[in-house]
Amino acid sequence: MELLYASCVGVLVSCGIFLLLRARTFPVVLGLTMISYAVNLFLFSSGRLTINKAVVLGTGADYADPLPQALVLTAIVIGFAMTAFVVILAIRGRADLGSDHVDGSPVKSAAASKEQK
Amino acid sequence: MIQHLASLPILLPMLAAVILLLPPCGKSVQIRRYASNTMALITFAVSVFLLIHIYNTGISVYAIGDWSAPYGIVLVADNLSTLLVALTSFLGLGAILYGSAGDDEKGSFYHPLVHFLVLGVNGAFLTGDLFNLFVFFEVLLIASYALLMHGGDKQNTRAALQYVILNLVGSSVFLIGLGILYGVLGTLNIADMAQKVSQLNGDDVFIAKAGGLLLLIVFALKGALLPLHLWLPNTYASAKPVVAALFAIMTKVGVYAMLRVYTVIFGEQAGALEHMVQPWLWGLAIATIVVGAMGAIAAQDLRKLTANLVLVSVGTLVALVALQNVNATAALLYYLVHSTLVSAALFLLADLIAKQRGKVADRLVGGRAVKQPLLLGACFVVAALTVVGMPPLSGFVGKIWILKSTLNSEQALVFWPVYLVTSFALLVALSRAGTSLFWERKDKRSESADCADANPLQVTVIIGLLACSPLLVIFGGPISEYMVGAATQLHDISGGINAVLKGGM
Repeated sequence: MELLYASCVGVLVSCGIFLLLRARTFPVVLGLTMISYAVNLFLFSSGRLTINKAVVLGTGADYADPLPQALVLTAIVIGFAMTAFVVILAIRGRADLGSDHVDGSPVKSAAASKEQK
Repeated sequence: MIQHLASLPILLPMLAAVILLLPPCGKSVQIRRYASNTMALITFAVSVFLLIHIYNTGISVYAIGDWSAPYGIVLVADNLSTLLVALTSFLGLGAILYGSAGDDEKGSFYHPLVHFLVLGVNGAFLTGDLFNLFVFFEVLLIASYALLMHGGDKQNTRAALQYVILNLVGSSVFLIGLGILYGVLGTLNIADMAQKVSQLNGDDVFIAKAGGLLLLIVFALKGALLPLHLWLPNTYASAKPVVAALFAIMTKVGVYAMLRVYTVIFGEQAGALEHMVQPWLWGLAIATIVVGAMGAIAAQDLRKLTANLVLVSVGTLVALVALQNVNATAALLYYLVHSTLVSAALFLLADLIAKQRGKVADRLVGGRAVKQPLLLGACFVVAALTVVGMPPLSGFVGKIWILKSTLNSEQALVFWPVYLVTSFALLVALSRAGTSLFWERKDKRSESADCADANPLQVTVIIGLLACSPLLVIFGGPISEYMVGAATQLHDISGGINAVLKGGM
């Protein structure tokens, strides 16, 4: 299980980084989302991976660490809000800059507008 | 009531922001401005009261929901955090006053957003829990994203997009770092971590080191330390000047986090991990100072110049963090207060100058003369002298103190020449800027500007910010005593741990 879990996080992060390095906003947003999934999984595993344990202090002496779950919950909420914001910003950037390049690539967008004329 | 005092600098701005979103304030501009100013004033007054109270009674630990540390989240109000909270509230008050003169109507929700930003920064300063620090970072970041777009144009969108994406990546790295540290230490309470980090052994030491260094990446990004500084000049120069002035405190949040994490958690008591980031910080800080100075000389307009001055100040502060002794930390605090106030004042001044020079705005080329050369010129001279560190203003005291605190270490051989040559470079850059802004005229005919005089409110704010500089010198005795006290308290790690873990409320 550890191997599967770790490779899952690893694959997500590497895909995320690959997408982040693209110059256009849509892949970048996707990459950010993937990284935040990976981060959530990673945070969850910081309480150690165990099965068949009480969620919080239960009847037995054994219980799963509840704190990472709380942390993940917070991270999900924050990550969701931030992704929503960056999507809106990307749309606004597309409208304002006339291209979906992350750095607004002024030369290219000028050339594109000439072509349209 | 008095035991809840430590939570008020967080609760009051939140309350203010919510009130300002409600109908009576949402509809009328006048009511909104009055309410916003009143709330900012109250926040500032409470922060100052907290500062004095903590100074007299010692560290106060506020357990939120009465869940005591290390299980619950605590707010720790000590001399260091209350000082920075007071500084933030003061800057927030200045930004709101200045914005009330007209800038607030250029976009929507200026006032609530400023209050949210103050809430985030105050929270980041007060919290005693690393995950809570992350949450407050996000609060201040999302407010700053929105403020950055305030009344913006195309240029602004591009800068904002890059800033937001960079910070989102930074947040992910922050979470990974926290996950690693939690996995190894089993706690995220700063005091508790400081206690447990020395008990690590075997492989755990290296894992904790990886986590700590990941956090360094995040703090370096927030604080704009080389090589993660590239976002800063563009972002600050494209934001509205009043927003940029408020942002002057945000790089300091990164520096503060470094100070907390690497002095307390990975500090003297950390066993194998003692001072683990010091070599990194030192080199990067020196490089940041140099790059900032080069940027200042190359800058094409006053706002970019000021943004690069912020970089230089960050470099200086981080170099002092790397020294890890009481005297250096005390000098750091003095310099931090001084540099935040004066860079905020310079951003605001750039705004007024740009308005009065018409088309050339604040670009450093000859153009129309400003309408109030005496007033703006005098403010500029005072600000420039303060930044460069010429006597008799606060920059000079800060500079001497910094140089003196590095004197006994072997690093002085590197630091002194770099710092002094940089100061000279800044002097050149600012003199050149002043000359082209105020004296170089292209067009003699258009001397009679058709713009209005600067709004007295805006002038008051700038003078208020600049007046802090001589005040920091006049009351230098008590203030430096306070700074030394705060630094001693920070470096007294076992005392801090005891106060947080055994005290509670």
